[in-house]
Amino acid sequence: MTGGQEPDEDASLEDLMAAFRRSSGGATARFGAAQASIIRDLVGQLLELIGADALDGDALEGDTLDDRLRGTAGGTIGADDLAAMIGLTENAELPEDPVLARLLPDAYRDDPEASGEFRRYTEHGLRSGKAAAARTVLATLPARGGRVRLSQPEAQAWLRALNDVRLALGTRLEVTDDFDDQVVHMSPDDPRVAYVGVYQWLAYLQETLVRALS
Amino acid sequence: MGVAPVEVERPETTQETVPDLPWVTIVWNDPINLMSYVTYVFQTVFGYAKPKAQKLMLDVHHKGKAVVSSGAREAMERDAETLHGFGLWATISHDS
Repeated sequence: MTGGQEPDEDASLEDLMAAFRRSSGGATARFGAAQASIIRDLVGQLLELIGADALDGDALEGDTLDDRLRGTAGGTIGADDLAAMIGLTENAELPEDPVLARLLPDAYRDDPEASGEFRRYTEHGLRSGKAAAARTVLATLPARGGRVRLSQPEAQAWLRALNDVRLALGTRLEVTDDFDDQVVHMSPDDPRVAYVGVYQWLAYLQETLVRALS
Repeated sequence: MGVAPVEVERPETTQETVPDLPWVTIVWNDPINLMSYVTYVFQTVFGYAKPKAQKLMLDVHHKGKAVVSSGAREAMERDAETLHGFGLWATISHDS
């Protein structure tokens, strides 16, 4: 686990900072247009990845995070293909994609058969729940940013979706316990560099939301 | 106005009434989840008071894992499913 980011660490990050605070009904925060765009983009990619159907198209255009991280934007294998591949209802295997494997983990450590059985019964519901949380974010966060006011259930949906986005991003970035040390030594050419700031900002944002709800 | 206690013969409670009892749900450490969030999830999912939730979170963080609930297998599967919904890495086991 990680302790989260403190708000005063990085001046350039400060511009990006949005923070939740407690409100009478739940939690509230103000987002700039760029912040809203980043969150909507990542949450949209999460929805694609977990194989949700009937999506709003507006958040889902452009290259996938994976494409960008691997420098293969415009390549032939996109999240659509992946979503189509993993959207099977009778799926009993741990997904090969490390992000999906993290979002939809095995429930038994050394018992593939029991894990498969568990997956058959629960994976559809798990995906639906994650998709519903992601859709709540898209429904409550205006594309141009602005003040967001969340009820308690909406705030919890945000918390879950932000966490899923961080799990996806963190898995792609190969975050480890000594990640902060790694970041210091990351080459400027490393395609991960651009996403480290986003990852850290999302940790800060989630931290403020946890505090607003605690 | 007490009623005198009656000696009741205790039934054997081992296998028949609690057939599946030593199943546990384990949460594993990971480098991404926030400590505050994990504590929040333990409070929300299990209704644990904050000190207990925090202690479990610290156990996960320092020892790599912690048993967060125990009971019948079906109940543990429900717990794991719920924890997966929150993005925690949970597994079920017959022993801790």
